[in-house]
Amino acid sequence: MADEEIILSELDDDELVLQMHDDLYDGLREEIEESVGILLERGWTPYDVLTKALVAGMTIVGADFRDGILFVPEVLLAANAMKGGMAILKPLLISTGAPRVGKMVIGTVKGDIHDIGKNLVAMMMEGAGFEVLDLGINNSVEKYLAALEAEQPDILGMSALLTTTMPYMKVVIDTLVEKGLREDYIVLVGGAPLNEEFGRAIGADAYCRDAAVAVETAKTFVARKHNQLAG
Amino acid sequence: MTALPGHVSAAPVPPDSVLTDTGLPPARVGRVLLIACGALAREILDLKSANGWDHLDLTCLPANLHLWPDRITAAVAEAVAKHRADYDKLFVVYADCGTGGLLAAKCAELGVEMVEGPHCYAFFEGNAAFAARAEEEMGAFYLTDFLVRQFDAFVWRPLGLDRHPELRGMYFGNYDRLVYQAQTDDPVLDAKAADCAARLGLRYVRRLTGYGDLTPALARL
Repeated sequence: MADEEIILSELDDDELVLQMHDDLYDGLREEIEESVGILLERGWTPYDVLTKALVAGMTIVGADFRDGILFVPEVLLAANAMKGGMAILKPLLISTGAPRVGKMVIGTVKGDIHDIGKNLVAMMMEGAGFEVLDLGINNSVEKYLAALEAEQPDILGMSALLTTTMPYMKVVIDTLVEKGLREDYIVLVGGAPLNEEFGRAIGADAYCRDAAVAVETAKTFVARKHNQLAG
Repeated sequence: MTALPGHVSAAPVPPDSVLTDTGLPPARVGRVLLIACGALAREILDLKSANGWDHLDLTCLPANLHLWPDRITAAVAEAVAKHRADYDKLFVVYADCGTGGLLAAKCAELGVEMVEGPHCYAFFEGNAAFAARAEEEMGAFYLTDFLVRQFDAFVWRPLGLDRHPELRGMYFGNYDRLVYQAQTDDPVLDAKAADCAARLGLRYVRRLTGYGDLTPALARL
């Protein structure tokens, strides 16, 4: 049977949200942008559009990536579609005072130009309600420290794709320890060649194998930190 | 193809497609078994032939393990267990290859030596020289002879660029050059590597490395 054209504006809310999950899965950026606009016109809050449509859809993508059903190209297309929706929602989220879970400074380490994983984490963290300052690629310890001092985030995230650059994460963590700042931040690390053992060995709080794990780990650690502060 | 100085013609090697998907079984001659990546078969057999290293036997794991680096360590460990009893010595011809130190740790645990270096393109250039260029070549995407020949199978298709060329910027936007670390002086591969660079939108650099640190690593076995 040939595909029938779907008129997004004719779908009811529940159908449209499910369609958005499908469109994210298929990496259809224009359709996602259109659907975000439709839900906002119907009076949805930007936060609900973000969480129920975009984040929920990307969670399905993340799960299928982890299970080996989807691969990197498909995840990138989905992320690109979500990015389109996020671009519409981001200014509205700020102006409508959506809940903020915490703040993260994130960047790829010195000597490393790879940013696909880091960008995915940054986007999913924003989707989960974190304020994210993305330092980009090739970050020296000085740049990380300056950002931590200026932004006072809850979390420092570091990424590396290369065996040759991942040891630099320890340089950053050791410097934090030397300066007596290590306990001020939750340090999360990730990247293809990393593993849990490496994360432990360099003194990170956790290694995160993908963006979804990064979000869940960040939420857990931030909640624990807030509980400690409250106690 | 022009052979490197001092080289004689190499032993016949299976086609790249076999080395990519299946690997190479040992010939069961020689007392030292090299457990290598399929991407290195041609170079190892060439060195073996050129130097008369008849004591070396070679088995290769499928080169496509590089598409899933987290599977390399277990595959090497399995090969070590399978062949250990049949040889005086085993030697692993993999670099770290994106295993984040896990392969080196496993080899140490098994009491088996391996080639040093982060990647084959590093030990082909020479690990020290490669490290010295690291900062200057931060934006370099490296290919070897094998990867030039198998560019579509190892780069273009796995990254989905055949289906979604619009992803090129997301993958390669931060790169500024493609460096072809040439093991052999082959104008056909040179032209193909230049084409790979053009397809990725990168400046092309070619460097004739020969076999670099691989030669002394095998010579001492």
